[in-house]
Amino acid sequence: MAHLRFHIRFPEEGIRQPIIYQIGREYNVVTDVRRADVRDTTGWADVEFTGDTAEIERALEGLRKKGCSVDPIELNVVE
Amino acid sequence: MSKMKALVCRECGKEYPTKAIHVCEMCFGPLEVKYNYDEIKQAISRKKIEDGPDSMWRYLDLLPVEGTNFVGPHAGFTPLVRAKNLGAYLGIDELYIKNDTVNHPTLSFKDRVVAVALTRARELGFETVACASTGNLANSVSAHAASANLHCYVFIPGDLEAAKVLGNLIYKPHVVEVEGNYDDVNRLCSEIAGEHGWAFVNINIRPYYAEGSKTLAFETVEQLGWKTPDQVVIPMASGSLLTKIWKGLHEMKYVGLIDDVRTKINGAQAEGCSPISTAFKAGRDFFKPVKPKTIAKSLAIGNPADGYYALKATAESKGSMDMVTDEEVVEGIQLLAQTEGIFAETAGGVTIGVLKKLVKQGIIKKNEVTVAYITGNGLKTQEAVIDAVGRPTRIQPSLVAFEKNFKLGKNGGGDS
Repeated sequence: MAHLRFHIRFPEEGIRQPIIYQIGREYNVVTDVRRADVRDTTGWADVEFTGDTAEIERALEGLRKKGCSVDPIELNVVE
Repeated sequence: MSKMKALVCRECGKEYPTKAIHVCEMCFGPLEVKYNYDEIKQAISRKKIEDGPDSMWRYLDLLPVEGTNFVGPHAGFTPLVRAKNLGAYLGIDELYIKNDTVNHPTLSFKDRVVAVALTRARELGFETVACASTGNLANSVSAHAASANLHCYVFIPGDLEAAKVLGNLIYKPHVVEVEGNYDDVNRLCSEIAGEHGWAFVNINIRPYYAEGSKTLAFETVEQLGWKTPDQVVIPMASGSLLTKIWKGLHEMKYVGLIDDVRTKINGAQAEGCSPISTAFKAGRDFFKPVKPKTIAKSLAIGNPADGYYALKATAESKGSMDMVTDEEVVEGIQLLAQTEGIFAETAGGVTIGVLKKLVKQGIIKKNEVTVAYITGNGLKTQEAVIDAVGRPTRIQPSLVAFEKNFKLGKNGGGDS
């Protein structure tokens, strides 16, 4: 069982959709939101995913299909 | 009692022991070093600093290491150049260049942060260090690791220019060329840092690593005769350098080295990667990530980890931010070289370009003491200016040919 942390940024058109909830329903992963900032036109959440690594990867792909960008919790580390 | 009190979450304030950790377990916020300033105040003085080594380690009392077995003992204490020619050109009475193009050993400000990171990593018992980089950071980690006999892994994107790869290979680290784009390398390195017991300098050692940037603030103040400048212009990639210069200025006040901080902090980015400056100019306290497209590759971080904190520090200081085009970056490099004899890499062109803009806009005024931070050497990014510098004047090997091409005055002045 893996615990992986990601910074997820929502697309403007997805701000009013329960995307994290949907991902938890569509994939066999547990989502745990630790910090978030959602405004009228922009939003992000720092989320821990718990589950099988391959299933987490599928969940991340699912997020991307919904228009989200997914980064490591550290954001950009290549300097 | 240690001068380091704890690692503290920048978001929720939860404290952690000073180990190799970087993310708050509660809120996933970034950690930074918290010091016992009252204790440091008793130990530190201007005299003690002035009697210290000619390196950034003269500020040891305010750096996050326990001992004196330094990796990178010669980093820092670079010249603060009074830039009379550039100042006159721009219309500033007192302009200085903080010249990290001559930082030791790899000619960029990264030698400061890496020296701190690897010194701390060794104190924490690590034998292997690593980083993910497209340039200056990799050079510095590789060089310092070689001198400290540490195992070293450098992760680079598969499409990195040959010259930059060579700049790492010469130190013989394990250079890992990752097939994939920037995001793929980024993600892989984050995962490796979590899996392996390595000191990943800008991931699990980041709280210590970032503190090295404070020495640019300390040195500036000391070199100005223990005075803070009125204005500073700082290039921004992750935004960490700007936030740490702001932190460093305030630490000098906390420990009694200066009375007050009245410096305005100004951030500089290239238009092709300006998430922080764009947010500032739009009056936002948050930034939107971008896909970088600029010749200023050392600043090309599209989703900057310290972007929010850079916006906050700039607003607190009542400073400003701006951005310049790639053409203005090249002009900035040329202007600095031709007025002050300092050849900066593209980040320096960004800084000079934005400095010029801020003066023109009246944000930096004629009588304000101003410092521009030049963070890397132009020899690293020669390709950026290759089409802008012209060609040599080619002549036959004869005096006649020479004098035909150069109409010289009595003192050798003249033109071709």
